[in-house]
Amino acid sequence: MKRHSVVSVAAIAAAALVATGALSSCSSSGTTAADAGSKTIRVTLANHVWTDTIKSKLPEFEKATGLKVELSQYGEDQLSAQYNVKLNAGTNEIDVMMYRPLQEGKLFAKNGYLADLGTDVKANKAWDWQDFQPGPVGTTTYKDKVVGVPIITEQEVLYYRKDLLAKAGLQVPKTMDELQAAAKAIKAQNPGVAGFVARTGKSPAVTQFSSFLYSFGGDFIDESGKSGVASDAAKKAYAFYGGLIRNYGPANVSTDMSWPEAMAIFTQGKAGFYTEADSLYKNATDKVKSKVADTVGFAPMPAGAGGSKAYNVPSWALGVNAASANQANAWKFIEWATSKAMTLQIQQAGVPGARSSVWDDPAGIATYPADLAAAIAVSTKNGVGHDRPLVIKVPEARDIVGNPIVVAITGGDSNAAADAASTAFQKLLDAEK
Amino acid sequence: MIGTVTTRPTAWSTYSAWANRHRKWFFAAPAMIFVGLLIVVPLAWTVYLSLTDSQGSVRAESKFVGIANYLQVLGDTERFWPAVLRTFTFTGGAVATEMVLGMGIALLLWRPFKGEKWVRVAILLPLVATPVAVGMMWRLIFDPNIGFANQLLSWFGIPAQPWLSGQTTALPTLIFVDVWQWTPMVVLILLAGLTSLSEEPDEAARVDGANAWQRFRYVTLPLLRSTVVVAIVLRGIDALKTFDILYSTKGKGGGSFHEVETLNVYAFGLSFDYNDYGISSTVLILFFLLIIVLMWMVTHRRKGDES
Repeated sequence: MKRHSVVSVAAIAAAALVATGALSSCSSSGTTAADAGSKTIRVTLANHVWTDTIKSKLPEFEKATGLKVELSQYGEDQLSAQYNVKLNAGTNEIDVMMYRPLQEGKLFAKNGYLADLGTDVKANKAWDWQDFQPGPVGTTTYKDKVVGVPIITEQEVLYYRKDLLAKAGLQVPKTMDELQAAAKAIKAQNPGVAGFVARTGKSPAVTQFSSFLYSFGGDFIDESGKSGVASDAAKKAYAFYGGLIRNYGPANVSTDMSWPEAMAIFTQGKAGFYTEADSLYKNATDKVKSKVADTVGFAPMPAGAGGSKAYNVPSWALGVNAASANQANAWKFIEWATSKAMTLQIQQAGVPGARSSVWDDPAGIATYPADLAAAIAVSTKNGVGHDRPLVIKVPEARDIVGNPIVVAITGGDSNAAADAASTAFQKLLDAEK
Repeated sequence: MIGTVTTRPTAWSTYSAWANRHRKWFFAAPAMIFVGLLIVVPLAWTVYLSLTDSQGSVRAESKFVGIANYLQVLGDTERFWPAVLRTFTFTGGAVATEMVLGMGIALLLWRPFKGEKWVRVAILLPLVATPVAVGMMWRLIFDPNIGFANQLLSWFGIPAQPWLSGQTTALPTLIFVDVWQWTPMVVLILLAGLTSLSEEPDEAARVDGANAWQRFRYVTLPLLRSTVVVAIVLRGIDALKTFDILYSTKGKGGGSFHEVETLNVYAFGLSFDYNDYGISSTVLILFFLLIIVLMWMVTHRRKGDES
């Protein structure tokens, strides 16, 4: 009898422990909902030079406002996965979120993840919402509601090696044909060095391919809203971009390269030309990271049949989680991080900003290499406001329109691939209507 | 003890008696609640999602579409079926190689020898490494331009290979990595089985004049049968579910041509990249059924053999 009651007490205790454990884990997420206006702001940011600068200035913000900032930082893909899981579950554990307006903006806004900032942006005249460039602002606006503040803009430029070009006795290429000829010459003259390198992964390449597409006179979606990836211009652009890498690119080129891999090839001195976003230029000019820091030059995208048309896009923005209980303080952080002075400081650290004032101010581009500043000016003037198809299902669309790129790189029939991609892309466009 | 007989039953003692009568349920309760919370609920939710057109956000409105997702996935010859084939190629290739190598190494380590401890530790090292770190390491080794693998080949005058970046070489390369990492576990299991065998049957065969191969094939292997099955089942399930080394070396979608996209990688992409929760759940449920059928076949056959 005695033994039995010990058994039952132990069993009950075990069951109770499990039950309360389960309950307490439920309630832990419940209590945080109540602390509206908490002194702690939870900020999720991507790994970026922008984030590094903000991080170093955080103590100033905390001192001035008496708030505490809890920072989480992730790589791009990890950040996406985090948002997917947490925002899907309706988390209130994120207050401020750094997101990509062109990649996730439409989806997040449609899902109601992003709080309406319409009144906040107009509240402070000195902060000056009008100062933000209209293009980027358009991409952080969803159905006439402001849902984000653009922080970083990007333009595609041509990175090149001054020494290799001089050795070949060539000028900086102004047209696509000249680029091809120069890449060929550099590869022939320098064993082990590629003439040209760029992103090769199906999805990552899409954004850097887009400037080639525009310069050849095409676009992902034509004026009538139909798929444009099987147009003559698009087919020429696919064949050209893929051909450059196939013929004059690195030996045994991988078809999985995003910017870290492609940038590594360029900064290790293994390529003559490289087309990439200007916001990454510090990787090439920083002597610690780059072997070619002294010989790297920058130029606008070479012109094709449609002229020199690079993308000019807002790559990152800050938004407020609609489920956050701490929205007022979250806005205080955004206001501080996107102020005129802060934007100028970050731009001087090498990250192109989204405010017009920092571009008008000579101090805003004083730290840039002169040729880069000139190239950015060209891209900003002729630029196209998107670098990927503007749809809700961006990742799927990128896989579709990126396929002809890798087919061209591996020597397949890129025209047939473009036709197939166009059919699939049109289906996606129709489904989103 | 005598006193308890005359005591009036209190609420506690009634409850205690009731608890004692049902104590098998009481003891099983914690485990059952855990299983219910952590396996049954998510599984039921996944089954439900697989019958809807949920996409974008799981909290967004979704329509019940019946088995439409299943029909779509089963008719998909572009991503789904190739992924099924790759899943089995990867699992079959990796597990078969691991069993053969593992058996060889286990037999070598079976008999005591000098420095045995050190050899065992060295062999177990890959097993303790984190799979993502393993993926990153091999990715560097197999880099087509600056990697060590091609440098090694060049010393022997063999031309550089694309390894992980080749459309046809990526999957075999990853099978190699899996073999490198998981053979030690197979060795461990088989060695445990071998050390538990008694010496007599082997000695008897030796007296009868059987050579080394005959003694292995007709004496050791049949005695080791159940251990081998355990190793195959454990490694098989694990290999089917491999995700870490595939994702850390080739990224989303298993490369630009989906060259290493297994069912797991495919389902992950559908869910976390495309936000197609309905289709993704369908793929996962089909994958789940597939594993259940396979495991049922293995265990069923085993029971048949034993009876």
